[in-house]
Amino acid sequence: MQSLMNAELKRINTMSRKLLLEKAHVEGIRHYDVYRREGGYRSVEKALKMQPNDIVEEVKKSGLRGRGGAGFPTGMKWSFLAKPDGVPRYLVCNADESEPGTFKDRYLMEFIPHILIEGMIVASYALGSNNIYIYIRGEYDWITDILEEAIAEAKQNGWLGKNIQGSGFDCEMYVQRGAGAYICGEETALLESLEGKRGNPRIKPPFPAIKGLWGCPTVVNNVETLAAVVPIINEGAEEYAKIGIGKSTGTKLISACGNINKPGIYEIDMTISVEEFIYSDEYCGGIPNGKKLKACIPGGSSVPILPANLLLTTAKGEKRLMNYESLSDGGFATGSMMGSGGFIVLDEDQCIVKHTYTLARFYRHESCGQCSPCREGTGWMEKILLSIEKGKGKMSDIDLLWDIQRKIEGNTICPLGDAAAWPVAAAIRHFRDEFEWHVNNPDKCLTENFGLRHYADPIHVPV
Amino acid sequence: MSEEIKTIKITIDNITIDVEPGTTILHAARRIGGDVTPPAMCYYSKLEGSGGKCRTCLVEVAAGSTADPRPMPKLVASCRTNVMDGMVVKNITSEKVTDARNGVVEFLLLNHPLDCPVCDQAGECHLQDLGYEHGKASTRYQFARRTFKREDIGPYIQLHMTRCILCYRCTYVADQITDKRVHGIIDRGDHAAISTYISKAIDNDFSGNMIDVCPVGALTDKTFRFKNRVWFTKPVDAHRNCTTPGCCGKATLWLRGDEVFRVTARKDEWGEVKSFDGKTGWICNTCRFETKKTESWTIEGLSNISRHSVIGTNKYKTLEMPKETIKEVMHGVEPKLLMDIHSVSEVNNPTVHLSDLNRSAHSSDFKK
Ligand SMILES: Cc1cc2nc3c(=O)[nH]c(=O)nc-3n(C[C@H](O)[C@H](O)[C@H](O)COP(=O)(O)O)c2cc1C
Ligand code: SF4
Ligand code: SF4
Ligand code: FES
Repeated sequence: MQSLMNAELKRINTMSRKLLLEKAHVEGIRHYDVYRREGGYRSVEKALKMQPNDIVEEVKKSGLRGRGGAGFPTGMKWSFLAKPDGVPRYLVCNADESEPGTFKDRYLMEFIPHILIEGMIVASYALGSNNIYIYIRGEYDWITDILEEAIAEAKQNGWLGKNIQGSGFDCEMYVQRGAGAYICGEETALLESLEGKRGNPRIKPPFPAIKGLWGCPTVVNNVETLAAVVPIINEGAEEYAKIGIGKSTGTKLISACGNINKPGIYEIDMTISVEEFIYSDEYCGGIPNGKKLKACIPGGSSVPILPANLLLTTAKGEKRLMNYESLSDGGFATGSMMGSGGFIVLDEDQCIVKHTYTLARFYRHESCGQCSPCREGTGWMEKILLSIEKGKGKMSDIDLLWDIQRKIEGNTICPLGDAAAWPVAAAIRHFRDEFEWHVNNPDKCLTENFGLRHYADPIHVPV
Repeated sequence: MSEEIKTIKITIDNITIDVEPGTTILHAARRIGGDVTPPAMCYYSKLEGSGGKCRTCLVEVAAGSTADPRPMPKLVASCRTNVMDGMVVKNITSEKVTDARNGVVEFLLLNHPLDCPVCDQAGECHLQDLGYEHGKASTRYQFARRTFKREDIGPYIQLHMTRCILCYRCTYVADQITDKRVHGIIDRGDHAAISTYISKAIDNDFSGNMIDVCPVGALTDKTFRFKNRVWFTKPVDAHRNCTTPGCCGKATLWLRGDEVFRVTARKDEWGEVKSFDGKTGWICNTCRFETKKTESWTIEGLSNISRHSVIGTNKYKTLEMPKETIKEVMHGVEPKLLMDIHSVSEVNNPTVHLSDLNRSAHSSDFKK
């Protein structure tokens, strides 16, 4: 375990531009003394001397976008927070991380918990919130202990509690464990669960910025988003915004998994190409056993899957880059999304039908069941996908799947319905012949795979 | 000086009306009435927080308001979306809405047992009406339907979860009008279920109202189950001096002859429990389950039942019967009564008074 961890850390150390994981390899960085010695909590010192609104402006200028999946500009979200007199405001950290393929927040919290605490104190000061809740995925039980230990250390050293560093600002921080439901990562379901209720997403509006936790204005941000506030304040928004391209500023943590030589967490600066990310030794190190790339889900299980050819180049024939704009280039017709940064690679031996079934099963199991299209549609899609996978499908089932996903998408209370629909839609859109092959070869599909076929062939680019 | 109430304009399916700010699209549409009103399976105006779940009431907002005339990107739940001044809404005039609603109806019926022939709710079931208006004659679902075991959730109510559409209305009743909340939703997704967790736990003065808010036959009255089809009974409005605090004492009695088969709260034209002087007319369990003699009630007259409802058939004296044509078709020969069913079957013997039984009727009841 220890040696595995060291290998992982060494790998991170050899990469290019890093802001969050820069110090991840330093021995003992998990604890306050080392973290502080390495420059920790400087951003709090700096921030407490600033006007809260100026911090919000800095975050706006930095171009930071939410790292939880939707990519909503963080500064803008903060500026929407209602500030009625006499009503408390809350900052909530979304550490529910349950999207299949996503495990970056775990890494941050496990190895450098203080960077999250530091970022949250700054954010809380900027938002005028005196209470912070970290809602953490129930299965991360050992990380709860790590966080609570780090919070206690921060408090002992005067970074939390009353009158922080003599500034007059009071702030408390609490960790709350979830109970094993993916849906509690959806921000309003999270708030319900945090209030001790069943984790059903709320109907919006009102948005949490107006009526959130206990009916009070609340900001919900992802772990990585809040940690990124630290380098923004330390280096200044302009420096931060210089990293990256266009509206993809700063660095992004990518959790890479699947058929690659070096799965793990990588901090990238969003200028590298997808090809470089998969094949270079600095990152994923290529595909094991000389196999070929077939498909990839670049941003966590909810985003559309792409075949190798569209993954590496856009439909316009340009190299696809690892950032928000480039990954979504072409819309859903030929693009995908950055999402949460859960990068799942599939080689030529993987079966798209089986893979899509696995995801459908996940969403069926995780739907909260409030709205009829998601509750009933997810189960239906799972059953049809299983029957196609088992060689019992009909040709009409493929169109039926398409029609079901179409009737779920956009018609539900929360985006889980969309998240369940998109993977099915994308799989049929790009891999329809693999589904048809399953239907036409009911026996063969039980023992063989469709394989790579034409999915990596260069795409004709109209001029 | 009279205070001027500022109203705002909304156009639904090309019909424009003025409503007060804070009105939902659904309520505005109900003011217009008719086909323009979206169906609502989960929303219940008397239950705070209800709505937004079933998605049958989805509508298209073609223009958000005069100030911001942009269309809304997605269909919205009309029961939970407020009207803005100058809003333009499309319901039946929108292809997108029709398409999505047909999808929702298909989803709602997907795992439904379609056991209307043996379901007590038949004839007054909102899902039946919805399926009739928007459903298809066949299903595209090729798999086994989800089933649950029937559960007794108290002395008066039976839960048949298999028929439930998870509208959550009964849980709001439990939260908002009964004092001890003991039931709710367990599990999630398509395996979510209404339950008391501990069987037979519901026992409080107002639990019976759950039966009235349930749009389908998932919650039924154990003192009425299987005793009669609702369209064979005659609904009359009646009241009594009820001493239970919070009970309005105004009910509908469902009669057959002079027998009271069932007591329910009074319903309005949207199938919701009626309000009296601004207060919802919930009734207590004593009125509902234990006051089944006509003498205990002051009967006001026939209930107003929609002309289109199956409940309204064959009951009203003023009803004009269609001309009987059999004789004509048969060239003047009268139809011959071949058999009186009571001469060969003991079931439903007219001398057995079903309303005296405090449970379902069994064939043994007729073998005396
Ligand atoms: C079904 C579902 C699950 C989600 N799970 C998570 C999660 O585990 N972690 C997270 O940060 N955001 C999750 N989100 C996104 C949150 O709703 C929310 O957008 C996010 O926490 C906002 O933070 P950000 O702006 O910093 O990205 C989820 C959304 C949905 C619809
Ligand atoms: S979309 Fe699915 S998960 Fe989201 S509220 Fe509806 S049923 Fe629940
Ligand atoms: S039992 Fe009836 S009222 Fe309760 S959720 Fe189910 S359908 Fe709705
Ligand atoms: S009635 Fe509006 S969503 Fe159910």
